[in-house]
Amino acid sequence: MNSLRKQDLKALGACVVLYAVFQGLMEAEIIDPFWELNIVLICINIILSTSLNMINGYTGQFSIGHAGFLAVGAYVGAIMTVKLDLGFVVALIAGTIAAGFLGFLIGLPTLRLNGDYLAIATLGLGEIIRICILNIDYVGGASGLMGIPRLTTFTIAFWIMVAILFFIKNFKNSAPGRACLAIRENEIAADTMGIDTTKYKVMAFTIGAAFAGTAGVLFSHYFFIAHPASFTFMRSFDILTMVVLGGLGSMTGAVTGAVLLTFISAYLAEFPEWRMIIYSLTMIILMLRRPQGLFGSQELSAKMFHFARLGGKTNE
Amino acid sequence: MSEKLLDLNNVSIVFGGLRAVSNLNMYINKGELVGLIGPNGAGKTTAFNMITGVYEPTEGEVTFNGQKVNGNPSYKVTQMGMARTFQNIRLFSELSVIDNVKIAFNMHIKYNLAEAVVRTNKYFAQEASVAEKALELLKIFHLEGHAEDLAKNLPYGEQRRLEIARALATEPKLLLLDEPAAGMNPQETKELMHMIQWIREKFNLTILLIEHDMSLVMGVCERIYVLEYGFCIAEGTPEEIKHNKRVIEAYLGGEAS
Amino acid sequence: MDMSSLMQQFVQQMINGISLGSIYALIALGYTMIYGIIKLINFAHGDIYMLGAYIGFLATTYLHVGFLPAIIIAMLGAGLAGIVIERVAYRPMRNAPRIAILITAIGVSFFLEYTTMLVASPQPRTFPAIFAATIYHLGPIVVNSQQILILVSALVLMVALTYIVNKTKAGKAMRAVSFDADAAKLMGINVDKIISLTFALGSALAAAGGVLVGIYYNSIDPLMGMMPGMKAFIAAVLGGIGIIPGAMAGGLILGVVEALVSGFISSTFRDAAAYAILIVILLYKPAGLMGKNIREKV
Repeated sequence: MNSLRKQDLKALGACVVLYAVFQGLMEAEIIDPFWELNIVLICINIILSTSLNMINGYTGQFSIGHAGFLAVGAYVGAIMTVKLDLGFVVALIAGTIAAGFLGFLIGLPTLRLNGDYLAIATLGLGEIIRICILNIDYVGGASGLMGIPRLTTFTIAFWIMVAILFFIKNFKNSAPGRACLAIRENEIAADTMGIDTTKYKVMAFTIGAAFAGTAGVLFSHYFFIAHPASFTFMRSFDILTMVVLGGLGSMTGAVTGAVLLTFISAYLAEFPEWRMIIYSLTMIILMLRRPQGLFGSQELSAKMFHFARLGGKTNE
Repeated sequence: MSEKLLDLNNVSIVFGGLRAVSNLNMYINKGELVGLIGPNGAGKTTAFNMITGVYEPTEGEVTFNGQKVNGNPSYKVTQMGMARTFQNIRLFSELSVIDNVKIAFNMHIKYNLAEAVVRTNKYFAQEASVAEKALELLKIFHLEGHAEDLAKNLPYGEQRRLEIARALATEPKLLLLDEPAAGMNPQETKELMHMIQWIREKFNLTILLIEHDMSLVMGVCERIYVLEYGFCIAEGTPEEIKHNKRVIEAYLGGEAS
Repeated sequence: MDMSSLMQQFVQQMINGISLGSIYALIALGYTMIYGIIKLINFAHGDIYMLGAYIGFLATTYLHVGFLPAIIIAMLGAGLAGIVIERVAYRPMRNAPRIAILITAIGVSFFLEYTTMLVASPQPRTFPAIFAATIYHLGPIVVNSQQILILVSALVLMVALTYIVNKTKAGKAMRAVSFDADAAKLMGINVDKIISLTFALGSALAAAGGVLVGIYYNSIDPLMGMMPGMKAFIAAVLGGIGIIPGAMAGGLILGVVEALVSGFISSTFRDAAAYAILIVILLYKPAGLMGKNIREKV
C-alpha cells in the first residue's frame, strides 16, 4: 500500500480516537449540555470555515456571502423534514445540492468580477437570499421555520465533518486543486498554462457552497429553528474571520480558527457587543500585524516537525 | 516546402483610439526559430498576446497548425499546442517549484474530480507519472535541487528557467518566449542561447522569441521580423536585418551605426 | 387606480425619491472620493454617516445648538474621525493585498457600530426637533419643508465640493493623486496629506447626511449606517466608482428608484431592488454609467 494511502488511514485512525474520546465523555455526562452544544457547533463551523477556505483560500476568490448558502441548506433541509416529511438523509442531500446549485448559478456570472467587486457582489447576493427568505411565508417569513426535529447528533456532525475534510484535503492535492491554487497565485499565468480558469473558479465556488449547505442542514436540525436573523452578513463575517485568523489557504488554519472562535463566542455569549468589538479589533490587528494569520497558507504537517528536528531549511 | 505552423494574416488591434498593431503579416514554419524585435512600444508583446489568445485582434486571422486561433481564450490556445513565457515573470510564487511545473501538466491528466477525491489507483498512477515527468523537466533545467522550495525564493535567473520549464510541461508544438534574457548578464545570456537551441532539438519545438539583446537574437534566430509603432518594417535573415537601413533608423533614430 | 392618481403617486414618489437620493448622494460622494484616491471600498463609511448623526444629536441635545451649528460640528467631528481612521487602520495597509484591506475596512465598520452600541445603547435615540416640519400642499402633492432642507443642503454641499475639487490647488492635488499617486509624489504633492483631506471631506459630507436624516426621521440608532451605507455604495458604483458627478447622479437615481419601488410595488423589496441594481451593473457595466473600462496590461 502506498505511503499516501497509509497516511490517510493514520489520519482516519486519529479521527476515530478523537470521536471515541468525545462521545465517551458526552455519554458519561462529564461534558455538560452547554459544551456538547458547542462541540456540535464547532463541527458545523469547521465545515463552514474549510468550505469558505476552498473559495477564498485555495482559489483566491473573495466571497463574503457564505451565510447565504448556509441559509439555503438550513431551509431546504428543514422543508424536507418539516413540510414534506422526508427523512434526514434526504434533507442532507437536498440541502447540499440546493446550496451547491445556487452556488453554481451565482458563481457562473459573478466570478468574472475580481477582488473588491466580487466581494461586494457576493455580499449583495447573500443579502438578497436573506431578504427573499424573509418574504416567503411558506418558510415562516420573519418568524422563521419552527418545529425542526433535532436529528443532528454529535456522531452525525462529526463524521460528516471528517468526510468533508477528507474531500477538501484530497481536492487540494489533486489536479483540480492545483488548478485552483494556480488561479489564486496568478490567474493570467494559469490561463496560459492551459487551465480553464472559469471552470475551476466555479467548481471551487459550487463545492464550497454545497458544503455550506450541508452545514446548514446540520445547523437547523440541531437548533430546532431556521431564522433569517441567523444568516446575516455578520454570520458571513464570522466565518470569514475563522478562515483569515487561521490563515487563508490553510485547512489546518481554518479548523483552528473555527475551534478558537467558537470558544470565544461561547464565552462572550452574554455580551454580544463585546463579542463583535473583539472580533472586529482582532481582524484589524491581524491584518495590520500578521495578515497571513496563524498558519499562512501552509498546513501543519509531519514535514514541519521533521525539518525542525533536523534543523533543516524552513519554508516561510 | 515547409509547412506553416503559425500564420498571421493582416492582423491588427485597436485599443480605444490607439492602433497598437497594424496589418501584421508573419508566419513561422515548423521547426524554425524566429525572432521578433523592435524598439519599446512597437507592439511585440501585443502581437504575442494576440497569438496566444490573451487579446482578440480587431482585424485579421491567426492560424495555428491549420486551425483558426483568434477568438479563443488563451487556455484553449495552450491546449492546442502553444505555450509562452512572460516579460515580467509570472510564476506561482507561493507554490513550490515542482508544483509550478506539475500544474502545467494538468491538461494531460486523465482522472476526474471524483477519482481524485476518492483516490483511486488511477489517481495515484497519474500523480506519480506527473511527479516523475515534472522532476525530469526540472533536471533538464538544473532545478531539481530546488524542487520543494517556494518559487518566489529562487534567484532571478533560475526563476526565468523555471518559467521556460513550466511552459514546456504543457508539451507545446510552438513556444513563445517574451524577452527570456531580460536582466541577464552576457554569460547567462550565452547559456540561455545554448539552452534555447538545445530544447528546440530535444523537444522538437518551433520557437518565436521577442528579445532586445541583439547578441541572442542574431546568434540563434534563423529569421527575424522587425516591428515599429505596430507595423512590420522588415523581415529577413539576421544578416539582412543587420544591414537594413529602415531597421537601423528605427533603433537609432536615423543615425547609421 | 386611474391615470391622474397614478400620476399623483408618481410625482409624490419622485419628490420623496429626490430627497432620499440627496442623502444617498452625500454618502456616495465619500465612497467615490475615497475609492478614487486609494482604490479602497471604505466599508466603514456608512458608519461615519451614523457617527455624524450621533455627533449632531449630542450637539443639539447637550449643547443646545441650532441646525447650522449642529451640522457644522457634526461635519468637523466626522471629518476628524475619518482622518484618524485612515491614519490608524488604512495607511499602514497601503501596500497590503486587497483582501487584507477590505477585511480591515469591514472590521472598522463593525467596530464603530458595536462601540457606539456599547457606549450609547443599542436603542434608537430621538433627535431633537431643531427644524420644524412645515407641510406644503401643491394641489394633491405633499412636500415637507425638511425635504426641501435636505435637497438645498445637499445641493449647497455638492456645489461646494465641486468647487473645491475643480478650482482649488488642493482639489487639483486630489485629482492628481487619484490618477497616479507616484507621479503626484514626484511633483511634490504630499500624498499622505491629500489622502487625509479626501477622507475628511468625504466623512464631512456623510455626516451632514446623517444630521439631515436625524432631523427628518427624528430617530437615530447605531446600525442606521448599514443599509444607507450599502445603498450609497451601490449608487457610487452605479454612477461610476471614482467619478464625483457619477456619485451625485447615482445617488439621485437610486433614491428615486427606491421611492418608486416602495410606492408602486412593495416596501419589503425596496432593499432587494438596490442589490439587484448592483448585480446588474457589476455584470453588464461595472465601470458604471459614467465610467470607462481599463484593461489590465499583460
